[in-house]
Amino acid sequence: METIQSDVVIVGAGGAGLRAAIALAEADPKLRIALLSKVYPMRSHTCAAEGGAAGVVKGDDSLDLHFDDTVGGGDWLCDQDAVEFFINEAPRELTRLEHWGCPWSRESTGAVGVRPFGGMKIMRTWFAADKTGFHLLHTLFQTSLKYPSIRRFDEVFTTDLLVADGRIQGCCALEMRSGAMLQFQAPAVILCTGGAGRVFPFTTNGAIKTGDGMALAYRAGVPLKDMEFVQYHPTGLPGTGILLTEGCRGEGGVLRNKNGDRYLKDYGMGPETPLGEPVLKTMELGPRDRLSQAFWHEQQKGNTVPTKWGDCVYLDMRHLGEQKINERLPFVRDLAKSYVGVDMVSEQVPIRPVVHYMMGGIHTDIHAATPLPGLFAAGECACVSINGANRLGSNSLTELLVFGRRAAESAAAYVNSDAPPIDTAAADRQAAEAEARIHALFDRADGGETLAGIRTAMTDTMETGAGIYRDEALLTDTANTLAALRRRQGGIALKDKSKVFNTELTQVLELACMLEVAETVAVSGLARKESRGSHQRLDYVDRNDSDYLRHSMAYSQGEEAPRIDYLDVVITKSRPGVRDYSGAKS
Amino acid sequence: MSQRQITFEVLRYNPEADSAPWIQTYSVPCEEEWVILDAINYIKDHLDSTLSYRWSCHMAVCGSCGMTVNGEPTLSCKAFLRDYKGSKIRVEPLTHFPVERDLVVVLDDFMEKLQSVKPYLMPKTEKPVEEGEYKQTPRQLKNYKQYTMCINCMLCYAACPQYALNPEFIGPAALALTHRYNLDSRDAGRSERQEVVAQHEGVWECSFVGACSEVCPKDVDPAGAIQQMKIASTVDWHLEHLMPWRRK
Repeated sequence: METIQSDVVIVGAGGAGLRAAIALAEADPKLRIALLSKVYPMRSHTCAAEGGAAGVVKGDDSLDLHFDDTVGGGDWLCDQDAVEFFINEAPRELTRLEHWGCPWSRESTGAVGVRPFGGMKIMRTWFAADKTGFHLLHTLFQTSLKYPSIRRFDEVFTTDLLVADGRIQGCCALEMRSGAMLQFQAPAVILCTGGAGRVFPFTTNGAIKTGDGMALAYRAGVPLKDMEFVQYHPTGLPGTGILLTEGCRGEGGVLRNKNGDRYLKDYGMGPETPLGEPVLKTMELGPRDRLSQAFWHEQQKGNTVPTKWGDCVYLDMRHLGEQKINERLPFVRDLAKSYVGVDMVSEQVPIRPVVHYMMGGIHTDIHAATPLPGLFAAGECACVSINGANRLGSNSLTELLVFGRRAAESAAAYVNSDAPPIDTAAADRQAAEAEARIHALFDRADGGETLAGIRTAMTDTMETGAGIYRDEALLTDTANTLAALRRRQGGIALKDKSKVFNTELTQVLELACMLEVAETVAVSGLARKESRGSHQRLDYVDRNDSDYLRHSMAYSQGEEAPRIDYLDVVITKSRPGVRDYSGAKS
Repeated sequence: MSQRQITFEVLRYNPEADSAPWIQTYSVPCEEEWVILDAINYIKDHLDSTLSYRWSCHMAVCGSCGMTVNGEPTLSCKAFLRDYKGSKIRVEPLTHFPVERDLVVVLDDFMEKLQSVKPYLMPKTEKPVEEGEYKQTPRQLKNYKQYTMCINCMLCYAACPQYALNPEFIGPAALALTHRYNLDSRDAGRSERQEVVAQHEGVWECSFVGACSEVCPKDVDPAGAIQQMKIASTVDWHLEHLMPWRRK
């Protein structure tokens, strides 16, 4: 097996991974950096983010205000020291992106423009029309080409972390074009593998978002934190789940039920604001969890519109006019026109809540370090936590920059000081075992199961039991179903025996990751007997700070369901209060 | 929901087993609102799990799922079945690239060319982050914005007759990106990039057929970019040879 010696291996080459790679190359050109991705970097799902990236830059804004919005938006489950660090670093990181060429939208003066976003009291969302993630990703990728010390391994699927003597020794990965296993020996690994929206049937997430890095860390004994918190974005296109950015509402779009009513006024976000005059942190500019929950209630009341793709409400943008829509939202206009045949200039667009983002992830501290020495994580796969129980829109693009860089700096410091030499014998042994496990998959007996069958059963049970509203019976049933599916997946036989670009093999590996991640969502949700942010329990309707102002920590127990433990939230200056998104707030 | 039975003729090639590519047919019950990619996914999930292809976002922004559909380079997640009449659709890998497996092509050549054109900002003087952003007016942004929209889907290379004849040609997407940085008001790296793009395999290889711009799913117009670069290159030549005193 080919063995590649590196100082730092980065798994995942989306926004966080690329930012980490550049930071490492800049910190020390002598560092040998291996950047692994199961796709080409520009295919990473960062490219699908539309609306923008938050950072305090304008005179009317302040770091404290961004802090308050973020912590309140997260229903006080954020670690406030991490949030403070994040808020402070945000403007610098966004400016750095500007210096690297990101085509941010501009004001007439030439200064970077900002737009309103949900749950934000001040306009602070930097944007590049409605393709901010795309431009951010391509700017980072193209900039990364400057640095000869970044050695890229594209279309290489990481299967195992190598761990010995209680610390990271590297990882193992399958080169997709050859089917060969590669061993990467390195004292530090940074996981930047993104989220796991694909455990649900209806999601904005691309096919690649299967929670691979989360599962790798989890199997290595690192807890997954706050996994019960899954964000539904309120405005997804029915059928495909394609995202229509929150920028639609930021620019003045409104939500209407089947009667034409601006129903958000009935869910604590009113009174109704005048058309074309959006008010920050009110009505359509409330946070995503509240908006998605309001949809659920409207559905219960029969106020939604039945379509062949399920119940919908309407996003009404007609009053914005063609010019503004073309200037600010050209991509989503095209998406709605193409995929549901509706031109938002003249018609209301049917939309429904869609799984978008995992607030939870690999447990890291404020340095982006996991409890396993040498292992770091950043971006959506990680949980620092700055997002708490509900992420505010436009904080995640900034997060992957701030913590991608942070992880790189922490890894560089670790490599240059603390890291003992690689235990090559142990690494070789583990790599050989990993390779044998892959080979064994080809010989698996046909137990009558299919990949698509198990995957569909998983996504169905997640939607039924771990959706916008949950209860004990639903979550229990989902957890049990997932446990059974984990056992049943062994009955999938590989029909594709080829080594070359075998996507049946990688899908089987991804399915195993998804099932483990999904199980942590259901079991963590079952254990949290309260309602907070995106985690809403019909049987425990109130937030319960005395018992649950804590992070859940899901520990792997191998074949068994995870063990759930808790970790106190870091509170520095903001005591839990009321989340007020009504127009009556101060 | 109304369904339509469509026969998909899909190119198969497994280098470990096949001496040459061959065509396999699948009969797929298609929903009316589907795109080509949905039908390919149906095949993968329900008919033949051995079929290999790339895809991810299903919203025409990640650039993974370029294929040749009925002979045309096509982004399969944005090619709607409603636009294909008849009961047969042929799906093949993008042309002008070596086939790695089934619908998966080898992208090494493009990745090297992309790197060769230095697609990153080279400002005249580096500015510390603390001094804030470079100013750029909406007009200056508009000047190059179109050329930032490339998703590297490779349809333009598959459509380009020159790339077919001369694989050394840098090609539409990489040249359009070069132009994008050259036009950026914050950039001063044009002369460095010219060393690469003004050579024979650069802009001069393009015969302005314009096929690249026709197939571009993002309206980047690489053909337009290349013509503009030819003009700029010509101006450079005249300045250098007819007015040598202007040489720096």
